[in-house]
Amino acid sequence: MSMPDHLDMEEAEEERPRSGPRLPASLRRDQPLVPVDSVAGRALVVVIAILTFLAALSAGAALLAARASEQWRGAVANEMTIQVRPDPRRNIEQDMARAVELARAVPSVAEVRPMPKTESDKLLEPWLGAGLDLVELPIPRLIVLRLSSVAANDLVAFSQTLRREVPSATLDDHRLWVRRLSTMASTIILAGVAVVLLVLVAAGLAVAFATRGAMAGSRDSVEVLHFVGATDEFIAREFQTRFVALGLRGGAAGGLAAIIAIALLGFLSSAWSATPEADQLQALFGAFEIGWSGYAVVILVAAVVAAIAGLVSRLTVRHYLRAMS
Amino acid sequence: MVRFENVGLRYGMGPEVLKDINFSIAPRSFQYLTGPSGAGKTTLIRLVLMALKPTRGLVNLFGQDVSRLEAATLTDFRRRMGVVFQDFRLLDHLTVYENVALPLRVTGKEETSYRAEVVELLRWVGLGERMHAVPAVLSGGEKQRAAIARALISRPQLLLADEPTGNVDPGLGRRLLRLFMELQSLGTAVVIATHDIALMELYDAPRLVLADGHLHVDA
Repeated sequence: MSMPDHLDMEEAEEERPRSGPRLPASLRRDQPLVPVDSVAGRALVVVIAILTFLAALSAGAALLAARASEQWRGAVANEMTIQVRPDPRRNIEQDMARAVELARAVPSVAEVRPMPKTESDKLLEPWLGAGLDLVELPIPRLIVLRLSSVAANDLVAFSQTLRREVPSATLDDHRLWVRRLSTMASTIILAGVAVVLLVLVAAGLAVAFATRGAMAGSRDSVEVLHFVGATDEFIAREFQTRFVALGLRGGAAGGLAAIIAIALLGFLSSAWSATPEADQLQALFGAFEIGWSGYAVVILVAAVVAAIAGLVSRLTVRHYLRAMS
Repeated sequence: MVRFENVGLRYGMGPEVLKDINFSIAPRSFQYLTGPSGAGKTTLIRLVLMALKPTRGLVNLFGQDVSRLEAATLTDFRRRMGVVFQDFRLLDHLTVYENVALPLRVTGKEETSYRAEVVELLRWVGLGERMHAVPAVLSGGEKQRAAIARALISRPQLLLADEPTGNVDPGLGRRLLRLFMELQSLGTAVVIATHDIALMELYDAPRLVLADGHLHVDA
């Protein structure tokens, strides 16, 4: 601004530069135009961190269940077993041979492997102990079938043929188990996704309340900004920037805590892998490891929380400004 | 530039605080807005600033009826006005420099494009050494000058100053008055709201006198 030289501002004149202003290197501190109370801001960061932590853990659990269910399916879906029960009126070896013959005739069965008696006896060892003579016990025998494709449609007919030809044999369709396990896994996944969504909604509401509080506390500042010519868009952007920063801080803290928690659980489960409890967990969830994609999901959850914080604060401010005018 | 026709204002269902206000402000003019405390000077300024809507009558700003203004035009009009509030209304968490630069910052300008201008103005109003201070540590006079600098930085066509000499000693009051007169000669229409008769006697200008909710022009 070009100011008149003859203005009689005695004290100002003394300080006025004669050869252009000498400027400090950086004048503007990086202060947001709209103050967000630091205590409320910190509380919001903690709330967002906790919510992100819970959302990330739920997402991790859902991912773990999805991976485990994939493993079960991969291992079990293309296998079937024929169980031949001992019957005093029948020769079990003959029944075995007949069942193997019938199975080999089925086009969708790629491989038939009658399990030797010693091997099927071994399966009982964990329950009955080693070194026991099982000759006297009526132990069923097993034939393992490997299917060439999971969507085999000639197995129903085969099952009926087998029941007719070898009454002591039953076809054990693992796919029933797969279905059950898949349903259970899907339920866990759905519950995890639902929890993530609920937590995101809760994070959104927390930010909305915090924004309203900040707006109410900054009413004077907002009015001054309007008077000096700030648009609603500009003011909303100022609030949004502030809340995205808070959301990112909370999201990063919560996400980091979740990553540490998951990594710690993985470490503990591998450290206790010899115990029955760990084995049980291993059987249910597979290896307690979510992999890079899992960590990516956790980071994504944190990013989404920050994005929600920005979006919700923007919408809340626009709504508040409309109400103000 | 500003024209009020039969403007009335009431708060809620209460009595009218401003009644049948008629006046106009010409470009490059200088006038006082005066009247006893509580007469409605600040309310009238808020009407000009479009912070309040009149309950009746016509308010015309820069040739447009404000009752039909769109948000973008309203912002544009406010950018053409500079305002000095009685209570300064500096943002407490910003430095003097940041407060004065505010009208330029909100237009989205790069800080480097206006830095020299702001520093020059701050030095001109005698706040060159205080530009990094926050309002909390400023004296009343310094706050007053920071508020005036903020109102002037965007070279407004209309300057509204509400009791601009209310917190300063008579000497500084006189110097500020000369500053406003100088601004008028540079092309800004100036409205000084004051009840300081001694100040008004220093420079003769039309007076918009508010009393009992009515306004008359004392030329």
